[in-house]
Amino acid sequence: MDYNWDWGVFFKSTGIGQEIYLDWFVSGLGWTIAVALIGWLIALFLGSVLGVLRTVPNRWLSGLATAYVELFRNVPLLVQLFIWYFLIPDLLPEPIEMWFKQDLNPATSAYLSVVVCLGLFTAARVCEQVRTGIQALPKGQAAAAYALGFKLPQIYSQILLPQAFRIIIPPLTSEFLNIFKNSSVASLIGLMELLAQTKQTAEFTANLFEAFTLATIIYFTLNMSLMLLMRWVEKKVAVPGLISVGGK
Amino acid sequence: MDFSAIIPALPGMWEGMAMTLKLLVLGVVGGVALGTVLALMRLSHNPLLSRVAGAYVNYFRSIPLLLVITWFYFAVPFVLRWLTGEDMPIGAFTSCLVAFMMFEAAYFCEIVRAGIQSIPKGQMGAAYALGMNYGQVMRLIILPQAFRKMTPLLLQQSIILFQDTSLVYAVGLMDFLNAARSRGDIIGQPHEFLIFAGLVYFTISFSASLLVKRLQKRLTV
Repeated sequence: MDYNWDWGVFFKSTGIGQEIYLDWFVSGLGWTIAVALIGWLIALFLGSVLGVLRTVPNRWLSGLATAYVELFRNVPLLVQLFIWYFLIPDLLPEPIEMWFKQDLNPATSAYLSVVVCLGLFTAARVCEQVRTGIQALPKGQAAAAYALGFKLPQIYSQILLPQAFRIIIPPLTSEFLNIFKNSSVASLIGLMELLAQTKQTAEFTANLFEAFTLATIIYFTLNMSLMLLMRWVEKKVAVPGLISVGGK
Repeated sequence: MDFSAIIPALPGMWEGMAMTLKLLVLGVVGGVALGTVLALMRLSHNPLLSRVAGAYVNYFRSIPLLLVITWFYFAVPFVLRWLTGEDMPIGAFTSCLVAFMMFEAAYFCEIVRAGIQSIPKGQMGAAYALGMNYGQVMRLIILPQAFRKMTPLLLQQSIILFQDTSLVYAVGLMDFLNAARSRGDIIGQPHEFLIFAGLVYFTISFSASLLVKRLQKRLTV
């Protein structure tokens, strides 16, 4: 059994309508981006709230946020995904359970599970970065704001967070890139994102090296472009004279 | 929820855990070995070597682990046949192990590189001045100190790998998660077994990371 190299395989018909194999990759990439971006919005919002909670002077609130972080960081992503996809729907009230299992089409229910799963999973990591960012600021700033009569919510929204977010852009970038990579677990619950489409192309055409090479190139390019984008953002929002960015 | 079915299934799940641990230990050993070689290449004065190592690290850090596992599962048998000229039936275990070693090497490389760079340069100069060659300097002077410094980071990365071994589910290898899931499916109690698996992973990772934190405190002066 010899291997037949054929880089033209992506332009061959899949046998389904007018589709060529490249279309599968395009639609897979679309799902990957849709999963990662919405998951990221959840992670950024929830992670920021939790990160603030970890630093507030209240033992119960910070303990709660710490427990969240430990729980979501110490259970493998795949186990969390199975919990969201197989277990949680069964625990919901029956009308919602039926809606999730019968009314939604399979792609939508898989999509919802994976977005929630990745969002909450990544939130634990974002939380730690936000906390680090807040704690990196001089303590005197919060104290000075107190002395000027600021309330705690004002201190966070006007003094601490605007600075903290700028400091943590580099580590947040790597979490942002991770969520794109982690979205590939969606293929294991049947969502046809990039990796699942790659696997399917490899199985249909037997040109597995070409298929996986293309997938690698797509992930690599996506990664590089997001990194450049985030570097640009970092430069845009840098506080002049405060944080050195890109050799300034 | 009825967790009583878990006890009789424990021996079977232990076999799965043994597989997980085997993947973990061999993956870490192979990954650190390859990662150290890559780190030395990255730091070498030879531009070709350091470029190759840099490209390797960049490449593996920008693609998902699951992609690597799946690809190698398909590809390793082909590659072996090209190399050796004959059919070699290898199982999912070997291809997963190769995937873990090569993927983790990229991450371990960065840790080892930072460890080496944290050793004062003068030590290297002094060792050369004493007449040691490159191999001796690295083996006797730099690496022992660097590894001591980076032990907490290496352990943290190993905890991440411990969790990531569950991805071998994609190619059907019977690791702990897969063993628990398949037993739960057979008995008809998938939820109980899934929760149990989650608890086991949590307990192990959580206590391991607590230990690493304590170690880190003891190591920092």
